[in-house]
Amino acid sequence: MTDQSIEPTPIPAVDIPATTPSREERRKLRYYSASQWQLVWWRFRRHRMAMVGTIVLGLMALSGILAEFVAPYAPTTRERDYVTGAPQIPRFRDQNGFSLRPFLPGLTTERDPETLRKITKVDPEKRRYVQFLVAGESYTWFGMKFHTHLFGVDEGTIHLFGTDELGRDLFSRTLYATRTSLSIGVLGVLIAFVLALIIGGVAGYFGGWIDYAIQRLTEIIRVVPIIPLYMGLAAAFPREWSTEQVYFAMTLILGLVGWPTLARRIRGQLLASRNEDYVLAARISGASSFTIITRHLLPAFTSYIIVDLVISFPYMILSETALSFIGLGLRPPATSWGILLQDAQNIRTIEQAPWLFIPAAFVVVAVLAFTLIGDGLRDAADPYTVSGH
Amino acid sequence: MISQLPYPPFSKGARQNSPMIRYLLQRLLGLVVTMFVVSIMIFVIMELPPGDYAERYAFRKFTGTGTNITESDVQNIRVQLGLDRPAWERYLDWIGGIVFEFDFGDAFAYETSVNAVIGDRLWLTLAILFSTLLLTYLISIPIGIYAAVRRHSAADYGLTVFSYLGLALPNFLLALVMLYFSVVWFGASVGGLFSPEYEQAPWSLGKVWDLIKHLMVPAVVLAWSATAFQLQTVRATMLDELNKLSVTAARARGLPEWKLLLKYPARLAINPVVSTIGFDINRIFSELPIVALVLSLPELGELLIRSYIDLDMYVAGAILLVLTFTIVLMNFVSDLLLAALDPRIRLEGG
Repeated sequence: MTDQSIEPTPIPAVDIPATTPSREERRKLRYYSASQWQLVWWRFRRHRMAMVGTIVLGLMALSGILAEFVAPYAPTTRERDYVTGAPQIPRFRDQNGFSLRPFLPGLTTERDPETLRKITKVDPEKRRYVQFLVAGESYTWFGMKFHTHLFGVDEGTIHLFGTDELGRDLFSRTLYATRTSLSIGVLGVLIAFVLALIIGGVAGYFGGWIDYAIQRLTEIIRVVPIIPLYMGLAAAFPREWSTEQVYFAMTLILGLVGWPTLARRIRGQLLASRNEDYVLAARISGASSFTIITRHLLPAFTSYIIVDLVISFPYMILSETALSFIGLGLRPPATSWGILLQDAQNIRTIEQAPWLFIPAAFVVVAVLAFTLIGDGLRDAADPYTVSGH
Repeated sequence: MISQLPYPPFSKGARQNSPMIRYLLQRLLGLVVTMFVVSIMIFVIMELPPGDYAERYAFRKFTGTGTNITESDVQNIRVQLGLDRPAWERYLDWIGGIVFEFDFGDAFAYETSVNAVIGDRLWLTLAILFSTLLLTYLISIPIGIYAAVRRHSAADYGLTVFSYLGLALPNFLLALVMLYFSVVWFGASVGGLFSPEYEQAPWSLGKVWDLIKHLMVPAVVLAWSATAFQLQTVRATMLDELNKLSVTAARARGLPEWKLLLKYPARLAINPVVSTIGFDINRIFSELPIVALVLSLPELGELLIRSYIDLDMYVAGAILLVLTFTIVLMNFVSDLLLAALDPRIRLEGG
């Protein structure tokens, strides 16, 4: 603390205290002049679990976006010598000692003398070292060709999560699936948001009989078990639709699943703030309904809406996973978490190849992360939270 | 001058009865209107898949028989089944058959009536539903109350962790995990609703006991997220109620703590649970088909998925109607229960 009053001998230039406020004062000044979003961010940062969620989800999204680079193989590449193969975890030591560079035990293939089938055997004497930034299968990004992958092994192949029944690398497939599932969630939430904004906005702003009619309709829709209802929509997708068409139709369905809850929230917020004086002032100065809704009413509760959007993410992701899982959502060759989990549907496969279950962990972690972030944001967006806590 | 009192007089006579009856009639009317709108929505879903019922019917009936089907054959079937008429006429026919003759139409994939296909499965579905609800409330109400009373205890934090997991781990994955461990540890599957020896047997005490044993797994799986959700609700309401003056006043009067808890806050903490029965059932029905598919339960949700895949839309429509009707009916029951539990609702007339 450099408090000026402690200074025993006064210095002639007395205006120094005014120009250099103490750290405490500067902190206060910064706090009082901070914008709403800065305040929200500061409060959010203090929420430790929410920060963990953000980092985990960020990593997940990043590995999904950079799937071509991070994944060692393409999602459809098949390895016939390693079908339903167990995960290969790199290690640092074996019987011959310790190595700083992680490696996999070597493999030798021989033919069975009787059946003449190829058998792959682990050769503990050999080591296959993990390499970073290796050249592999080529892929295109923004029209440019690349063939560098984040990691690989100097000899043979590496399957961190094992392979499926067709010998496809589960780790690579999971990364591509992460991209599909997260992006479908984002688009679904956006569509739900737009629908909710229009429906809830109209109901909340106009009130009266329009509000009444929309309210009753929303209530009725909320009565029907929503997933079974929209499974019917998914069942109606024509068989000949392309992967992209099914993908966008799915986002639309997820949007339909999500809007009633969001619409209710938006309506409630609008009803609460539409009688404020500033809204009356805007109306008197001749602003149109649209302007009042978008410029005056929505900014007043944007933070609440963002919280609601984040909270509705898990629901979207779970719905997509569930629909694809039972074969009424996305279809192969598309990869999503639900499609990957289709392979783990019957007991026999789970028993023989439990690693096919790994994508489930991604679903759980993603949902958990979204929930934690939602909790953190809700606390952070609440202006009545005292900042010191 | 009784009429000038600011609030209605507390007489136990006719004055209190009439709002209750009005409330009941209002809810009944709401039930009918809801079912009407829902039936239209379901009919639209039934009409959605490409191609019509006649084409699928012809395809089903004559594939493999060597008969060549021509367009005129399909047209004949269409006329025969009345599919050439406009949609609204067919809707009236469909809904009329259900309301007046209790006939849900034909299940062409099974070549019988929908009623015959749904029959037994309806009871099994309801058995699963009610055992799930029972389990949910038996766990969530007492534990939620306990966690609120012992706030910041180990039990309270454990509960928070559990409810996060309950929301994050989807039911069908939990079902798969349970399948996995039952196979690995016990060498037997937990799927199905009956042991093989009871599958075809007539109903007996042994069969009922077998059913109860098999109901445990789907009930636990389905109650998983519902419990997580209700625990939070009960705990939150309980925390609000514990801070009320009525609790302080009762404490001041020297009421034993457990008696006080049961008399004031716990009674009110049950209200949100009762009012969300319909919501819980909706959630359970949403998750049921997928869980049923994984656990191979012979109930309506699993049939619903199969009929969607076969595009057997009359079966799908009937199941959607039955599920929704169950929810609407239980909503009605929960409204009545609430009115019975909470006099404020009775007096306001909804």
